[in-house]
Amino acid sequence: MLKPIAAAIAAAVLATPLAGAQTLRIGLAEDPDVLDPTLARTFVGRIVFASLCDKLVDIDKDLKIVPQLATSWEWSKDQKSLTMKIRQGVTFHDGEKLDAAAVKFNIERHKTMQGSNRRGELAPVTGVDVVDPYTVRLNLAAPFAPLVAQLADRSGMMVSPKAAQAAGEKFSAHPVCAGPFKFVDRIAQGKISLERFSNYWNKGAIHFDKVTYEPVVDPTVRLANLKSGQLDFIERVNPSDMPALKGDAKLKAAKIVEIGYQGITINIGKSEESQKTALGKDPRVREAFELSLDRDAIVQVAMDGEAVAGNQWVAPTNAWYAKSEPIPKRDVNRAKALLREAGVTNPSFTLLTPTTADAQRVAQVVQSMAKDAGFDVKIQLTEFATTLNLADKGQYEAFVLAWSGRADPDGNVYSHLVSKQPLNYAGYANAEFDKTITESRETNDATQRAKLFEQAAKLEHRDRPIVYLYHRQWLWAHTSRLQGFRPIPDGMVRLQDLKLN
Amino acid sequence: MSFILRRLGAIVPTLFFVSVMIFGLQQLLPGDPAIAMAGEERDPNVVAYLRGKFHLDEPLPVRYGYWLKGVVQGDLGESVRIQRPVTELILEKLPITLELAGIAMAIALVIGIGAGIVSAVYKDTWIDYVANVFALWGLSTPNFWLGILLILLFAVKLGWLPASGYVSPFEDLGENLRSMILPAFVLGNALAAVLMRHTRSAMLQVLSSDYVRTARAKGLDERVVILRHALRNALIPVVTLTALQLGELLSGAVLTEQVFSIPGFGKLIVDAVFNRDYSVVQGVVLFTASAYIVLNLLADVAYVLINPRMRA
Amino acid sequence: MAAMAFADIALPRELSPGERALRRLLRRRGAMVGLAVVVFFVALAIFASWIAPYDPLATSWSAVRKAPTAAHWFGTDEIGRDVLSRVIWGTRASLLAGLVSVGISLAIGVPVGLLAGYVGGWVDMLISRITDAMLACPFLVLAIALAAFLGPSLTNAMIAIGIAATPAFVRLARAQVLAVKVEDYIEAARAVGNSDWRIALRHVFPNIVAPVIVQATLAIAAAVIAEASLSFLGLGQQPPAPSWGSMLNTAKNYVENAPWMAVWPGVSIFLLVLSFNLLGDGLRDALDPRHT
Repeated sequence: MLKPIAAAIAAAVLATPLAGAQTLRIGLAEDPDVLDPTLARTFVGRIVFASLCDKLVDIDKDLKIVPQLATSWEWSKDQKSLTMKIRQGVTFHDGEKLDAAAVKFNIERHKTMQGSNRRGELAPVTGVDVVDPYTVRLNLAAPFAPLVAQLADRSGMMVSPKAAQAAGEKFSAHPVCAGPFKFVDRIAQGKISLERFSNYWNKGAIHFDKVTYEPVVDPTVRLANLKSGQLDFIERVNPSDMPALKGDAKLKAAKIVEIGYQGITINIGKSEESQKTALGKDPRVREAFELSLDRDAIVQVAMDGEAVAGNQWVAPTNAWYAKSEPIPKRDVNRAKALLREAGVTNPSFTLLTPTTADAQRVAQVVQSMAKDAGFDVKIQLTEFATTLNLADKGQYEAFVLAWSGRADPDGNVYSHLVSKQPLNYAGYANAEFDKTITESRETNDATQRAKLFEQAAKLEHRDRPIVYLYHRQWLWAHTSRLQGFRPIPDGMVRLQDLKLN
Repeated sequence: MSFILRRLGAIVPTLFFVSVMIFGLQQLLPGDPAIAMAGEERDPNVVAYLRGKFHLDEPLPVRYGYWLKGVVQGDLGESVRIQRPVTELILEKLPITLELAGIAMAIALVIGIGAGIVSAVYKDTWIDYVANVFALWGLSTPNFWLGILLILLFAVKLGWLPASGYVSPFEDLGENLRSMILPAFVLGNALAAVLMRHTRSAMLQVLSSDYVRTARAKGLDERVVILRHALRNALIPVVTLTALQLGELLSGAVLTEQVFSIPGFGKLIVDAVFNRDYSVVQGVVLFTASAYIVLNLLADVAYVLINPRMRA
Repeated sequence: MAAMAFADIALPRELSPGERALRRLLRRRGAMVGLAVVVFFVALAIFASWIAPYDPLATSWSAVRKAPTAAHWFGTDEIGRDVLSRVIWGTRASLLAGLVSVGISLAIGVPVGLLAGYVGGWVDMLISRITDAMLACPFLVLAIALAAFLGPSLTNAMIAIGIAATPAFVRLARAQVLAVKVEDYIEAARAVGNSDWRIALRHVFPNIVAPVIVQATLAIAAAVIAEASLSFLGLGQQPPAPSWGSMLNTAKNYVENAPWMAVWPGVSIFLLVLSFNLLGDGLRDALDPRHT
């Protein structure tokens, strides 16, 4: 009589640890690029880094900075140096210790390695001092408020100095970091496999033995994989697929507004092309164009409501949004009046559009709306590489632009709108704007920064080098067996506290 | 014999033309890899570094020269996007694409030759038309569309097969085969139609030939006539033509691999073209062109050897 | 005397080879169905503006992705446009894609192939090497590279497909010329003193017409599919102008919640391409002198 009960108990007891051999299978929308935090350049690569490479600090859902590899930090009185305390007892995947010297190595690697994409982000950092084995000090030429937020991204990711020195340029073939999972294998354009790092400093929060990332480019196929059980988690679900997920008991959706933006960049000064269209020449025409748009309708029609209308480089829900510059309502009559005032009839321009499905929808909706005010918008699909090239040379009139966003608003505006910056495709050159934004990065006083951003927003709205349209919702879907997913506005998938039942 | 030598001699100039053509075409593509690879941040230092590393500022003939020199030494360059040698990428993906093409070819042969035989034997009856449409169906639907429909049916609704992706046969042979069925079917479909045509036309020719008439006159059972005598002769041109369809398979694989997320040549090339990853496109095209040309040659040789009439 | 007697007897007029071929063609039901469908689509394309109930570009925010109703027989698409009207107008783009690209292939490929076959020598060698090189490249890769180079647009896609399909015609024309060149009657014609041009036009050309027509029909079918494939990659018809390929590409995102967006362009492509294939097969059978 007792035997079967004992057997059942024994089975239950034995089954529990055996059930721990768990793999989480994640589907990505694109193939990540090089898995080296210094050289990496894509959004989707960061998703893999979230499991592979821990950073000095991280952000939470309110965009507040929280500790990760650094436990605390403080600015000096003159705001020109940042002292950070490094967490003790952290080791890299190869067993090397993470200490202040390792941090110094990494910051210098980010700044000096050939082909590094982090140089611009860490430009204000002039040097790193090792104060003691677990304290570093980053010295700056001038105060730089966005610095800590930069360290919550790839610039703050730490790789093992020993492995980096040994591998040199080939480090990305087998990256060695300090994250919860270590690199196992990667098939180019195929699956990336990681396995649990048993010495992870926060190992209690990790409940998987393996993680795989697989790029599935087509969103319909990606969702099909989730539905058929090949994948446990997918990112960037089609907005139109979201309602159906509600009715499916086996799946769950999650969303959060992104820190990036979607908008239309207009060539107002990048090259002489800017003077060829009325749109590029006359701010009144640009105002008329903006007034012909109904952002709420764009969000509803093109994004199935899965976005938040916006008119600044941060979303209206963001703490840094300038409330004194609200989203203008559609006003076709005023738009027409402005065009008359500017002496322009039937203004026309070519709108370069990426080949992605949502960009095409947005472009067509914009085209249709602007037509009511008299604009003749020609849509031209251009693939990615060509768009970048044309934008870089200023050989365009307007293009639909997306920016994945950075935790600090500076990352959404400095490079894009300050004169001569690499991402300033519009060719915006407003000295007052430059001064305002530069000042905003040189003070750590939040109130002061907010005021400066407000001033900058006012200037931007007068000149309209970019017409911001909306901010997408990051849309994820996963099996309902997955518990503990925390949506964070940077779009990353963090595996801490994630469990599969 | 001289025929074979002449064909061998033609290989090198043909390959040369292929490489020049693809090289030239890529250079004409607007945009350059340095900017495409510099990613979101567009750091001018990175752009300059990449331009220097990949000789992007040098004149066309010079760049071609660099590449050619590498080829002769067995180095096909490096992928700008993934930073791995092209040769390595080709070797990694070759078995994947070969497996896909192989299974697709098998499916195509079964459907195509089967439909072709049926269609020829029952010429001008309704069976002929049905077999025709059945095989033509594959040629009449865009690859990507058929793929998506099949995924939704077999993976989502029925749950019989995985939706997409690739599993190495060394990791799990069963999963590997299951994940290959749908994409191989989509790929093989179009090829089946072409094979059906060739088989049908070859069968018709043979069925009305003296050879078969003699066999029939001898009183042999119709099935024996078809299978033993007619088919064997009809298959000669079909088999040689099949080898040439490799190019078609690779073409179809481009879209099929995109839809089914199979990390083979097709996906590699498409991504490379869109990212202006010149070395990858050069390398892969050169490789597939060589394979195609060699197969062409082998097919011609086989045809000459097998076909008794041509030997005389 | 006897000869005159023979001339008096009325014999049934013998059909010319062309007429015989036509008879054979008419008898193949599959080809006839194909022809009828093609004619139907051509009519649809020509009379689109009269037949389509709505402006294919007219958007409507309140009618986004609505299922088929009396007002919209095929439903509406992702920004509220009538699917039926777009399918009808899209016929133009798809037919053009097929016809123009093959037209380009014919216009370049046949003369070049004729030249190579007729002239021979190093001209032939050069052309053959280039043709082989182009054939060795996967068709779609060539088309993608060309379309990306020319820039995404329907016209450029047609040019790209046309150029990528040219080598097949070069080879075909050349092979036919080579086969005919050694015939006795060519020798005879030359012996009599006919110029090369005359020989080419009167003797060589008619012999290649048949296989070229067959190949062209089949190539049109392939071109329509190629246009859809290029649209899948963003290189075909530009929005908002409709083409079945780009409609299918957009619709694949809505297969589950708005299947009508995909069904109709998909069925149309299928019917048109299948018809061209059937027609081509029928033509091949009819024009092949070996079959009765």
